[in-house]
Amino acid sequence: MSKLRRPGSRDNVSIVLCGQAGQGIQTIEFLLTKILKLALYNVFATKEYMSRIRGGANSTEIRVSSKPVRAFANGIDILIALDRGALTHIQDRIAPQTVILADKSDAGYESQYPKCDLIYVPFTEIATQIGNKIYSNIVAVGTIAGLFDIDPGLVTNCIKRFFSAKSDHIIQRNTAAVRQGLRIGAELLKSLKIRIEVDKDPAVADHILLSGTEAVALGAIAGGCNFLSAYPMSPSTSIMVFLAKHAEKFGIIVEQAEDEIAAMNMVIGAWYAGARAMASTSGGGFSLMTEALSLAGMVESPVVIHLAQRPGPATGLPTRTEQADLNLALYAGHGEFPRIIFAPGKLEDGFYLTQKAFNLADKYQLPVFILTDQYFIDSYYNTPAFDLSAVKNEKHIIRTDPDYNRYHLTENGISPRGIPGWGKGLVCLDSDEHDQAGHITEDLALRMHMVDKRLKKAVSIKTETIPPELTGPADYKNLVVCWGSTYNIVHEAVRNTSRDDLAFLHFKQLHPLHEATVDYLRKARKTIIVEGNATGQFAALIKLQTGIDIENRILKYNGLNFSVEELTESLKSLLDKE
Amino acid sequence: MKPMNAQVFEMTDIDIAWCPGCGNFTILKVLKQALAELEIDPSDLVLVSGIGQAAKTPHYFRTNLFDGLHGRALPPATAIKAANPALTVIAESGDGDMYGEGGNHFLHAIRRNPDITNIVHNNMVYGLTKGQASPTSRKGFVTPVQVNGVFLEPFDPIAVAVALNASFVARAYCGDAEQTKQIFKKAITHRGFALVDVFQPCVTYNKLNTYNWFRENCYYLDHTHDPFDRDAAFKKSTETEKLPLGIFYINSEKATFETNVEANRKSRQPLYQHEPDIEKMRSLIETFKGSA
Repeated sequence: MSKLRRPGSRDNVSIVLCGQAGQGIQTIEFLLTKILKLALYNVFATKEYMSRIRGGANSTEIRVSSKPVRAFANGIDILIALDRGALTHIQDRIAPQTVILADKSDAGYESQYPKCDLIYVPFTEIATQIGNKIYSNIVAVGTIAGLFDIDPGLVTNCIKRFFSAKSDHIIQRNTAAVRQGLRIGAELLKSLKIRIEVDKDPAVADHILLSGTEAVALGAIAGGCNFLSAYPMSPSTSIMVFLAKHAEKFGIIVEQAEDEIAAMNMVIGAWYAGARAMASTSGGGFSLMTEALSLAGMVESPVVIHLAQRPGPATGLPTRTEQADLNLALYAGHGEFPRIIFAPGKLEDGFYLTQKAFNLADKYQLPVFILTDQYFIDSYYNTPAFDLSAVKNEKHIIRTDPDYNRYHLTENGISPRGIPGWGKGLVCLDSDEHDQAGHITEDLALRMHMVDKRLKKAVSIKTETIPPELTGPADYKNLVVCWGSTYNIVHEAVRNTSRDDLAFLHFKQLHPLHEATVDYLRKARKTIIVEGNATGQFAALIKLQTGIDIENRILKYNGLNFSVEELTESLKSLLDKE
Repeated sequence: MKPMNAQVFEMTDIDIAWCPGCGNFTILKVLKQALAELEIDPSDLVLVSGIGQAAKTPHYFRTNLFDGLHGRALPPATAIKAANPALTVIAESGDGDMYGEGGNHFLHAIRRNPDITNIVHNNMVYGLTKGQASPTSRKGFVTPVQVNGVFLEPFDPIAVAVALNASFVARAYCGDAEQTKQIFKKAITHRGFALVDVFQPCVTYNKLNTYNWFRENCYYLDHTHDPFDRDAAFKKSTETEKLPLGIFYINSEKATFETNVEANRKSRQPLYQHEPDIEKMRSLIETFKGSA
């Protein structure tokens, strides 16, 4: 009689699905996270994929938990392999306790992975019987749902809903595929080959399940975004796709520009005529936008830029992740002008910060960045629903009088912003240095007034800087510093160290830097920076602005995000060196 | 009601940066006249330009202006018109700006077909940077950079625009103020993207394409040319012995960018009046809770 496997624990089970591009791994991720969430499990999912349309090797991790789970873990409890070749690049993650559900038609795992714990499942065979091997991913969805003993009605309804736009024929076949999968899962449970023991969490019922893309895009809509111009570039394209899908409902203009230069210039033109506009891009595309970013600085145009980072330089690793464009966002654009940089950590930050970005851009008439990355954009988890009563759409445009001057010199440098066609005044902008009316000038004394006026806004935006968030004991001796998308990974890793002298400080606003930073850092005996880049860009910025050196660095730049386990180990070994 | 006087567009106390005798003066004057005759109020008009001597035109105009980056007038002009279709939008700049630095935007603005007018001051030379070749410089034109003469094929905006099935394609010569004004009026009232390439002598840096040269080398298309015939328009646009002036091509069938945008977003409201619909937002967020 075969042994009973108990992958994971009552708290946590990690499922990884791998296959070639085109085998429908993303569909499995989408469907399983939805089904598990509806079955009241906490879920987290993230994917890694190659820059190709077919073949290669892609994988998705789904963590299922009794408690909120929000970070990538390296360990695999259950591995669903739709293709043996796809396993090679994640084989280091396979441990003796990993249970592999392998496709029966793809034999040979024993010789290739002699130590692994194998259960063969006829995914392809069943799919072929139903009519086409493309249904094997849906058989896999059913199998996992069956292992969790989820109500078959709930599962088949999800499948029907997902394929509702397709023909009856396709709906029927997919429903048949998922039912066969459910049957296999139930049989595995009954035959006592495997048992999953993770507990449900009733609080999940009221949660929303969404990705970083959706958090940022929903934040943009809540911020009154009504114009988006972009050029497709991974990993930022999903924002344009989401807004295009909802453009009609929310009255948004979504235009795919001929290049990022046009996109950014359109965004500035749109704000000029009274829109609330956003550009969304990644590093290479943003490089093309930098001239227009400087234009926004000069003409004092509001601009919201979503910059989804991926590894560079140049084309780099198109589908991977990195936090190496902080300096780019910080210093992009010739000349001197103020800007604001946000970097969401939690999904809710993606929503609230993007919404806020529109208000701040409008109020201070300057560029506001939302700095995300592939890991943030492609990660999903369940979280309490966003509170729309906390969201206010603040507009700062005025109806002009006949004697209106766009660049009227004021105490705080902010000139009331009019738009053409609303009021009796004329609205004049010039990328050259200009006078108060907005006309070209070479008056050098006036030039200094105008520079001072633009830079004065940097003083005002400092008063609204979001403070960094401290997690852990207030009387910490050791302090981890991080920013942006690493929040949840650092959170879990710090907890895993079980140290009562360790806290972490997360920044979701990087620039201007909050003045409390100095006190937080001075209080620590040992400071550690965690960044997804090779040079410690944020540590360098902190040093520049506070004079404080963060002496310990944990940096990652192979194209993947940190895993909870590796970060836990790195922290432990640094902290044990006392 | 009294007809509008071109005076409404006049600026007082301005120091114009153009050379005496420059063709820009005529273009400035007749554009003001054309707009006044069309009764377009300065506050409902936006002039969008790039960088260069021609791109300074909006500064000598009492109206709304967006003087942006070199080569980048068309993208903001497109966005301004889409954000508020009630505005009359004219993108105006030189040949280097529109056809060189901004060449890609020129191609795609024609494809996008916003209801804007694109006036290009074409003097076949870079003026502000002191006399280098422009995309429209004739072969053999000697400059401090093209020391052995230009050997690149000149960019032909008219042929390119017709090839892209542009909505309205015309060429004017600023030495003939009256005809230029008439062409401007037709371009501004045309619904869709309207290109007016305006031949204009540069009295300082182009000693080849002078007033005399244009007079001798240009002729007007007459009633025998059918501007709705694309093949005929293309044939006319490639003539090189004598250069035709007038309206080459009109395609009134094309939907404008704004019409397509309105259809997509199901609204004609200018964007400055737009408010996010919180109830719709709430129900969209609700969908992320999932339902079986």
